[in-house]
Amino acid sequence: MSKKKQTCEVIVVTSGKGGVGKTTSSAAISTGLAERGYRTAVIDFDVGLRNLDLVMGCERRVVYDFVNVIQGEATLNQAMIKDKRFDNLFILPASQTRDKDALDKDSVGRVINELKESFDYIICDSPAGIEAGAVMAMYFADQAIIVTNPEVSSVRDSDRILGILASRSHRAEEGKERIKEHLLITRFSPERAAKGDMLSVQDVQEILSVPLLGVIPESKSVLRASNEGIPVINDKDSDAGQAYSDAIKRFLGEETPMRFIEKAGIFQRLFGASTE
Amino acid sequence: MSIFNFLKQRKDTTADIAKKRLQIIVSHQRGGDEEQKDFIPKLQQELINVISKYVKVDQDQVKVELERTGDCSILELNITLPDTLA
Ligand SMILES: Nc1ncnc2c1ncn2[C@@H]1O[C@H](COP(=O)(O)OP(=O)(O)OP(=O)(O)O)[C@@H](O)[C@H]1O
Ligand SMILES: [Mg+2]
Repeated sequence: MSKKKQTCEVIVVTSGKGGVGKTTSSAAISTGLAERGYRTAVIDFDVGLRNLDLVMGCERRVVYDFVNVIQGEATLNQAMIKDKRFDNLFILPASQTRDKDALDKDSVGRVINELKESFDYIICDSPAGIEAGAVMAMYFADQAIIVTNPEVSSVRDSDRILGILASRSHRAEEGKERIKEHLLITRFSPERAAKGDMLSVQDVQEILSVPLLGVIPESKSVLRASNEGIPVINDKDSDAGQAYSDAIKRFLGEETPMRFIEKAGIFQRLFGASTE
Repeated sequence: MSIFNFLKQRKDTTADIAKKRLQIIVSHQRGGDEEQKDFIPKLQQELINVISKYVKVDQDQVKVELERTGDCSILELNITLPDTLA
């Protein structure tokens, strides 16, 4: 399949705080873009703690990894794994045995430039933290998806990451146009927000003042999807899967109302998407 | 007695408290606009000078805080006057 877009865009999925849903979101977003016909590569930057292969269900097909490619021990073609469902989606797994210092800017830049020739989108799944690994994942980004849970430490860390995106990326260092930022709120519970036990979508958005790409509800379907190694966006009946599909629409410039942000009424509970 | 206490105390949910705390944190973290914050100590001193013309106030009874959220800033003034005035 040939490229759909003239220029490739690099998108980092980042958060600062760990465990907020970056890998889940990277898997869903890359799958969603591929489903829309874009040639998509998703790179696991979490060197030493690879996980994306599991969420994408391709862990048994990993032979070479990102670090092998960086160090010239394998070609990109050898290391990239074709997705089971979409033949325009490829996964570049992280190394499990090296550490984050195995990546250097020059080599990562070289790999990304090579990928840009044959892909429309490159999704970079960032490791947690604000150190070298996270900076490397965002360094070449054109756009950033900030994954935030409606919870104080996650919001604070997201704000830290916004500062780093604005100062330490390639675009910032070269004085180019700034990285386009998107806020993705995940693990949101409308019931708890309605009770005042959880920050509302509006609260989080107001504090961070980044345009809202989507709200992914807390959902049992996410764990089930990762158990099976099928990105949750493939589960068209689930609330989280539908919320990720909506986010893809917005990312591609289509307007669609935010769903799953208000407490479900009886009608929705009977006929709406499954939260189970 | 605290006059200038315009904001009536209402029962905050824990989410309201979280939001307020985060707004303060974020405004500090985004300290990029230094010149914006620089005037605060001076403003505080001048306010104390003005108020002192009329009532006796201590340095720590005049609080000035700047909160930034997105494209709007809130300047919060808290002046506690001595009880003898009441
Ligand atoms: N919307 C959701 N509903 C329920 N569980 C979720 C949701 N999103 C993520 N999770 C769960 O949260 C956990 C962490 O998710 P994930 O691995 O995607 O986070 P991460 O940000 O990549 O973590 P790390 O910082 O360690 O890389 C997983 O167990 C995942 O199943
Ligand atoms: Mg992860």
